Amino acid sequence: MAIIVDRETRLLVQGLTGREGSFHATRNKAYGTNVVAGVTPGKGGEEVEGVPVFDTVEAAVAETGANTAMVFVPARFAADAIYEAVAAGIETVICITEGIPAHDMLRVYNHVRPRGVTLVGPNCPGVLSPGKSNVGIIPAEIFREGTVGLVSRSGTLTYQIGHELTQLGIGQSSIVGIGGDPVVGSSFVDVLERFEADPETELVVMVGEIGGAEEEKAAAFIEAEMSKPVVAYIAGFTAPPGKTMGHAGAIISGTAGTARAKKEALEAHGVRVGTNPTEVARLAAEVARAGTPG
Amino acid sequence: MAAAVDLYEYQGKQLFARAGIPVSEGRVAETPAEARTAAEELGGQVVVKAQVLVGGRGKAGGIKLADSPDEAEAYASDILGMDIRGHVVRRLWLERASEIAKEYYLSITFDRGEKKPLFMLTTQGGVDIEEVAAESPEALAKLHVDPLVGFQPWQARWLCFTAAIEDVGEQKQVAAIVENLYGAFVDFDAMLCEVNPLIVTPEGEVKALDSKFTVDDNALYRHPEVGEMRDVEAADPQERLAREKDVTYVKLDGEVGILGNGAGLVMSTLDVIDQVGGRPANFCDLGGGGDAEGVVAALEVITTDPQVKAILFNIFGGITRCDEVARGILEALERMTIEHPIVVRLDGTNAEEGRRLLAEASPANLHVEETMLSAAERVVELSR
Repeated sequence: MAIIVDRETRLLVQGLTGREGSFHATRNKAYGTNVVAGVTPGKGGEEVEGVPVFDTVEAAVAETGANTAMVFVPARFAADAIYEAVAAGIETVICITEGIPAHDMLRVYNHVRPRGVTLVGPNCPGVLSPGKSNVGIIPAEIFREGTVGLVSRSGTLTYQIGHELTQLGIGQSSIVGIGGDPVVGSSFVDVLERFEADPETELVVMVGEIGGAEEEKAAAFIEAEMSKPVVAYIAGFTAPPGKTMGHAGAIISGTAGTARAKKEALEAHGVRVGTNPTEVARLAAEVARAGTPG
Repeated sequence: MAAAVDLYEYQGKQLFARAGIPVSEGRVAETPAEARTAAEELGGQVVVKAQVLVGGRGKAGGIKLADSPDEAEAYASDILGMDIRGHVVRRLWLERASEIAKEYYLSITFDRGEKKPLFMLTTQGGVDIEEVAAESPEALAKLHVDPLVGFQPWQARWLCFTAAIEDVGEQKQVAAIVENLYGAFVDFDAMLCEVNPLIVTPEGEVKALDSKFTVDDNALYRHPEVGEMRDVEAADPQERLAREKDVTYVKLDGEVGILGNGAGLVMSTLDVIDQVGGRPANFCDLGGGGDAEGVVAALEVITTDPQVKAILFNIFGGITRCDEVARGILEALERMTIEHPIVVRLDGTNAEEGRRLLAEASPANLHVEETMLSAAERVVELSR
């Protein structure tokens, strides 16, 4: 099973002929991901490492049966690429591109959401289901197959915690980098919901950081809706306070967005919070072992 | 970390004016003499306002009412150079004084949770709006806009009636301002447009007396004129150097200089330094880089900070390869003289190769540690 990407994933890469796109798509393919097509307008008919390139997503889907799109096109064309993928019937869009204007993503999100399309990112490392499929830039060699779901706003911190877990002998079902932009396609709650429903996942490690109120929402969701244990880590206890953003932000979220506030919210809902990556891995190992029968 | 450009009050008001939101006529001044000229041109009573990117100017004495050009000049020389919560005043905004009958609050911002723009309007403006939200939430009219549909006139009416603005003349003016504020928010890719206070004069005229305007960094390519408004001199000298060298750098207050890759890992490193009893002096995020050029640039920025006593490299190799970072560190040490002790922790992709390269060269001030915790402990010890 795993979530979002697995053996059923038929990947189409928007921006396959670009430097980053070809590099990472090739890595993904080498991992075993079923990379079926690339799309670069005007380059239809070419091939990249044996992957056929099409001019439009529609043609690529018709020809290859692609069901998942990975977006690697430059920021100013990325929103357009997502709209095209959705119009062509793609079910899952994973957007790696960073630097997309927030207003563009606001419109993309509100367009995509009611259509039932899963959008991960933008500005995220992608999704890896160890042993099955890797879509994005997550270095797969750090991780190994197992039953811990990992969801995070940050790339390298995810790798750090995954590495610590793997060193303790704890493998992962799926690793989801949701990205840290103001508007992301999938929130913590969206991903937690999927881990809860995934039979392979037995425990979830959630890696948050300062800003916004998504960790607080996740805390309430975990208590109300989740039967599986969740262990959390929050980065940024000593981070300098952000720029003055007026007062509107705090009023909306009803929280200061600080690491302390997030930790307290999580603990209030019964989620254990580690104070550094090593400790959170240790906590996860403890919970995982306690949950193993015998 | 998504970044944004905060604009000064006068810059925000310039954008308001372009969007059709009424503001008072004013002038920018950087010297007392310029302030005098501005006051003469404006005529009558003027307000002299410190331009800083931080709240609480009024309480700090950064806003004064001047009856004459002489007074404006005198206030200007008091306020210029003033330190307001760490921000030195280098620029003033002088505008015609307004008589105030009522003070409202109006803003539009990103509601990250709902993923929709959110309007907020209340007749209890001018004060701390968070207090209004906490103590009398019913007085705060809040309304989301569907970004695919855009602003619709009923929304302005709804906001006015819900906030209990009763005067018909005021309603019309506020409704027009609400509509134009949405225009400014979208047209300039703003993350926040806040008017506090939105005043009503004794004659019943509604206008923006202050502005907070924050623009999305990622959209600056669509607004080169806003990019030029960014005040590079407001940043700390090291932060300016970092920007020139294209390194993410933040100045802090302790003794340990930190280099890491990726915002989350860097934040986590700051926390761990704190947990083992140290204090970070600053941090640099190498991002996805880590080649010799990037490492040299980051070290140059970090070592110009006189508070730094020791440096920690905390690198987790994902796409970044640790052997490349190790080569970068060694090359940097050849190209520049660094006396500070440097602790290096490499993990992830090609970490063993990286550690081997460092061990072979083993410069005298370089210490290699295996884990994030042990590296933090070591560097804090060396910073004492």
